[in-house]
This record gives sequence, C-alpha cells and structure tokens, in this order.
Amino acid sequence: MIVELGHFALILALVVACLQTVMPLVGAQRRWGAWMAVAEPAALMQAALLAVAFAALTYAFVSSDFSVRLVTANSHTLKPMIYKVSGVWGNHEGSMLLWCLILAFFGALVAMFGGNLPDVLRARVLGVQASIGVAFLGFLIFTSNPFARLDAPPMNGRDLNPLLQDPGLAFHPPFLYLGYVGLSMSFSFAVAALVEGRVDAAWARWVRPWTLLAWLMLTVGIALGSWWAYYELGWGGFWFWDPVENASFMPWLISVALLHSAVVVEKREALKSWTVLLAILAFGFSLIGAFIVRSGVLTSVHAFANDPERGVYLLAITGVFMGGALLLYAARASAIQSVGVFGTVSRESALVLNNVLLAVAALVVFIGTVWPLVAELANSRKVSVGPPFFEASFTPFFMTLAVILPIGAVMPWKRARLGRTVRAVWLAAVGAFGIAAFVWMIGTGRTMLGPVGAFLGSWVILGAVSDLWARTGQAHSGRLHRAIRLPRSDWGRVVAHAGLGITITGISLLLAWEVEDIRIAKEGETFSAGRYEFTLIGVEEVLGPNYHSTMAEFRVARNGRAVAVLRPERRLYPVAGMPTTEAAIDNGVFRDVYLVIGELQDGGGWAVRTYIKPFANWIWSGAVIMGLGGALSLSDRRFRVAAGARRRAMQVVAE
Amino acid sequence: MMFRAFLLMLIAGAAWAVEPGEILEDPAQESRARDISKGLRCLICRNESIDESDAGLARDLRLLVRERIVEGDSDEEVVAFVVDRYGEYVLLNPRREGINLLLWSAAPVLLLAGLAAAGVFLVRRRSAASPDALTPAERARVAELMDE
Repeated sequence: MIVELGHFALILALVVACLQTVMPLVGAQRRWGAWMAVAEPAALMQAALLAVAFAALTYAFVSSDFSVRLVTANSHTLKPMIYKVSGVWGNHEGSMLLWCLILAFFGALVAMFGGNLPDVLRARVLGVQASIGVAFLGFLIFTSNPFARLDAPPMNGRDLNPLLQDPGLAFHPPFLYLGYVGLSMSFSFAVAALVEGRVDAAWARWVRPWTLLAWLMLTVGIALGSWWAYYELGWGGFWFWDPVENASFMPWLISVALLHSAVVVEKREALKSWTVLLAILAFGFSLIGAFIVRSGVLTSVHAFANDPERGVYLLAITGVFMGGALLLYAARASAIQSVGVFGTVSRESALVLNNVLLAVAALVVFIGTVWPLVAELANSRKVSVGPPFFEASFTPFFMTLAVILPIGAVMPWKRARLGRTVRAVWLAAVGAFGIAAFVWMIGTGRTMLGPVGAFLGSWVILGAVSDLWARTGQAHSGRLHRAIRLPRSDWGRVVAHAGLGITITGISLLLAWEVEDIRIAKEGETFSAGRYEFTLIGVEEVLGPNYHSTMAEFRVARNGRAVAVLRPERRLYPVAGMPTTEAAIDNGVFRDVYLVIGELQDGGGWAVRTYIKPFANWIWSGAVIMGLGGALSLSDRRFRVAAGARRRAMQVVAE
Repeated sequence: MMFRAFLLMLIAGAAWAVEPGEILEDPAQESRARDISKGLRCLICRNESIDESDAGLARDLRLLVRERIVEGDSDEEVVAFVVDRYGEYVLLNPRREGINLLLWSAAPVLLLAGLAAAGVFLVRRRSAASPDALTPAERARVAELMDE
C-alpha cells in the first residue's frame, strides 16, 4: 500500500513538473502574472511529492518488502540498518529517484529563498528547472521504475554489493548527486538569462551561491569516494582516472572555473557571456557523467546497472538540453554586453588564466575519457587510456594553476602593479622554497616529486596566509581585529585556497615517500617495513552480521615502543558470494600505517601487505577544508542575497 | 570446519594483486616488473592495471612479465611481447602514433588555443575605450599617490 502511494506520488510529481515547465515559461513570455505565480507552489509541491515517493521506497527497504523487485535485488534481512537505508540509492533506480528528488529540492529552495529575484526571472528559472525534472522523471517512470512489484516475492533478498556496504560509500552518492544536480540550478539561471537577454552583476550574485553549494557538495562527494577507495580497495590507491571518477571530476573543474568567472561578472561586469557558457557546460558535464555511469559505454568499476536502452534515453536528455542551451547561447550571447575594462596585469587577467587552465584541463580529461570510443569508431582500434596518460596530461595544468594562484589572489581589480604584487607574496615564496629544500634534504633524493609538490603545496598555503595578511591593511596595530571583521567571503577564499594547498602537499608527498612491503608472515613472526616493526599475533575466524571474516591481529611498534594494534580482515559475504578486503589503518597526521591480510599460503603463514603512507590524510583533509571555505563564503553570500538590492546602498556607505 | 572449507573454496579462485610468491629475487628486476605491470591493463577487469588487480588473468600476466624479465628482455621487449599476444588494448598508456597523436596533442594544442583566445580578449579589454579614461597627467598623479 505504502509502495503504491509512493508510485502514485512519483507519477503526480511528473504531472506537476509538466505544469511547472509550461505555465511559468509561457507566463513569463506573455507577462501573465497568474501563470508565473504557478511556479513557486508547483516547485514546492513537486519536491513534497518526490519526498513522499522517496520515503515510500525507503520504507520498502527498511521493512524488507521483498515483493518490490528493487528491494529483492539489493537488500537482505540480515543487512545492518544503515545499509538498508543506503541500499535505497545503492542501485540504478533508487539513485535516479534520489537525483529527481534533489532536482526538485533545489527548485523548492529557489521558490522559498528566491523572494528577491525579479518575478519574471524566477518564473523562468523554475520553469527551466522543472523541464529538467520532466526529462528525468520520465526516464525514471518509463525505463527504470523503482516501485515495480514481483509476482512471487522470494523469502529473502539478494543483498547489496558488499563493496557498497561501507559507511564512506553510504554517503558518497547523496553528496555527489547534490553536486551534480546542484549545477542544474546554475544551468537554469543561465538559460533564463539567455531568454531574457540580460546578464548583470545582480544575476551573478544570485548564481554564485547555487554554484558554490553545488561545488561544495561535489568536493565532499569526490573526497568521500576517494577516501573509500583508499581504505577499501586494499592497496591504498586514492584516484584511478576511472571513467566514472572522471565523470565527477569534469563538472568539478568546470564549476571551479564558473565560481571564479562569476566573481568577475559580479564585481566587474566582464566575462559575462563566458560565465553563461560555463554554467551551461558545468551541468552539461554532469549530464554526460550520468550518461557515462549509467549507460556502461565506458566500462568502469562502479556502474551498477548497465542497459543500452537507458543509455540512449540519457544520451537524448543530454543532447536535448545541451543542444538546446548551446543553440540559445549562439543566438543570444551577442546580446550580452560586458562593460568592465581592465589592464593586462590585473586580477581579472589572472582569473581569465585560471579559467583557461581549468576549462582546458576539463576538456583534456573529457577527451581522454571518451578516446577509446573515438578510436574504435574512427579506425576500429581498441585502445585503453589509463592513468599514465591522465597523469602526464593533467599534472602540468594543476602545477601551473598552483603557481599563479597566490599571485592572482593578491592582485587588485582592474590594474595591478607587478612590484606591489610581488611584495605581497615574496615571503610566501621564500617560505615555500625553504620547505621544499627541507623536503629535498630529508627525502631519498631519488625523485623530484617530493620537493616540487611540497613547494607548490606550501606556496599555495602560505600564499593564502599572505592574502589574508594583505587584506588586513598596512598598519600593524589592530590587524587581528581587522582580520576577524573581514567579510566571510574573504575568509572563505583564503580557507579554500589553503585547502587546495594541503591536498597538493598530501598527494605529492604520499606518492614520493610511500613504502610498500609484500611478504609471507607466520603467526608470531616479526618483520619491519619503513621505520616500523610488525608482529603477527594471530589469525582467527569471526562471524559478522551478514559476513564471515578472517581477522588477523598485528602489533605495530616503532623503535620497540608500541604504536597500535591493527586488525585487517578478509570478509566473505555469502549471499552475494563476494570477498572483500578490509584494510586496517592507523591514522596519523604525518603518516598512515596500512595493513592488509591475504591468503593462507601453502607452506604455512599468511600473505601480508604493509604500507607506510606519508601525509595520506592531508589529501582528504584538504578537500574538506576546501569545502569548509565554500561553506564560509556561502554564509556570507546568503546574507548578501537575502539583503538583496535594498541594502546595496548601505553597503556602499559601509565600505 | 564446514565453514572453513566453504570459505576456502570460495576464496581460492580469487588471487590478490601482487602476491609474495610472485616477487623476483633481484630487487632491480622486481621494480622493473612493477613499473611495467602498472602500465598494462587487466583485460577482464574494469580499468585496473595488472599490478593492482585480483583477477587470475592478471596474475598470469604478472608472472609472464616477470618471466620475460628473467629471460633478459628489455622493458620495451616485454611490453611488445604482451601487446603481440593481447593487442593494443592492453596498454594503459596509449602509444604516441597514428590517430593517438591527436589524443596526445590535445592538451598542448588546446592550451595554446585557449591562451591565444585569452590573449586576444585581454588586449581588446585593455584597449576598449574606457568612459572615465584618465589623462597622462592624471595617471601620473594617481601613481604618485599610490606609491606613498
């Protein structure tokens, strides 16, 4: 009964979305106030209906209703509750329902908090947003209905893929989807602006918080996925340049470019049509990502349901929305006039360079990702494009970005003086050189990766500090007071940039200094790896709620002093018939000790893999700090957005 | 006991990335083998190199690579040997030849194009007549004030 209610709510949501597309868009064109006014209640209604549908599906999973096909295929009575809930989106149908829910949720947010938008613009934005909803709800209902019932319900379910039964992965998809779908908001604003033919500072001010929110979620989602890969896949890799990872990375890169170019539109009324194009492309890459993941054209580690028919439908959605928006862009972009004038050496120019690097990097990732398809179509050669290509092509872009970032961040708008700029960051440069030299000395000296990465990372971090310092003015007294009173968006920028520096440092030092040891260890045996000694105390069989585990116990010591007791496991999930490795990790600020237990060997003893991973946690901490910077900036934006035009005069006085 | 036997039966098929028994005695040769393995795709896996894959086929390939190294092949000869058997698809690092040249040139060409476009744009932005343009005398006075 509840499942049918959910199904019914889902269909109603489609009907509401159709209304919400047609009436506000027509109303906005003809200036019919009553038709435009349909947008907000419809947006709220659509979100409420989808929330009901989602709750119904969650209920079916939680109560293990095996008459629902999706529950049978992805759940089991013995599964812990958290994974029953995360099972809702751990499959194709459920994840698309989540996608639609988030899409409607963002629409509802605009309906609730968009009171300061001009009525016509708000109606258009909600209309465009609803049209995306129509496409995806149609896709959901007609090709992947989550509420389909089974004629003969089985006694129990087939369980969720054991790799997905993990706290890190349970919350990876919702964050990622908040990011992907959040970019639909910037897209809707861009299309509405093109229809209107007007892009001004106010438009940029409204678009930025949505982009910032989407980017924040995407950052956290990607970091969670990478962290999961690190501890779950058994050898501590954190990025694989897998098509699905690239699918999330491309919109991330474009959204970073969009965040920066929208600043230029807001402050300086320049780069307008480029910003609109980026807003279209950011969501375009999200759609392409959904297509890549769901269609299985490019096989990858984590696509759960691959079906050609669904692929065709998604390709059609991508084609219609991208094609339509780009056509509109081609027709209307010339109507958008940029007025801001700036010198070649200025913050604007630095941000243009930032945009070129990010956009080209995203394009290169895109080309590398689809290249196997292109090569096969062009001359029927089956080729692979793997990490070596991406590392070689992508790294120079990020190195260049890291070099120019601190310089650009301290430049003033309009016209900068190189001398003044250099004065603001020279201490940071000296500090970064010092740190790089130190890294060079304590390193083995066999690779330049460590020192170069440490230089770039600390340059970005110290550059962010210099940026903050420069913001607080010339006089030394009262500097702290002024720093505290800086706008939150300034703090957000500094924190996010520092986070990037932390991630860069973590990645380079991990790759440069990692220690690996593979051996057979007998119970009671002691061996050493890096500066640590490991003793295999014993191995025992343990029964988990829905798995069997072979659990080893190691004592880890350094110079004879006990550091930790680690229990790596090898689990077997009998229902899914799948083994997983559960690495045991002793987390530290400067290193992780990472242990994996393997098979019992013929001659006795267990296969053991040991890693010392320096600075591993910096990678994800950096990402979280970037997200924190975004949140700080968002808290400032929201105030400004809520304040709207009414307060603008007061702000000018205050500044 | 039943459980143990069941467990072993299920796991026995699955190998486990590089295993202790596979490692070559000579560390230099082993490190060459690891580097080569990282560039070879596990054919039945999804986007994994044979170095990190748990599949049986990947293990066979790892052993093959090591066998060739012990036989005295150079790195290029080992890779050529594997490509002869399994095709170009096995290479995670696409060869810089034929149509793949387009792929490899994508990054530098697009970057140059992007920089050129940005350069043209920046020059135009600078020379566009500014409504509140300053006279040279005014500009000098501003520079003077800014330096103080």
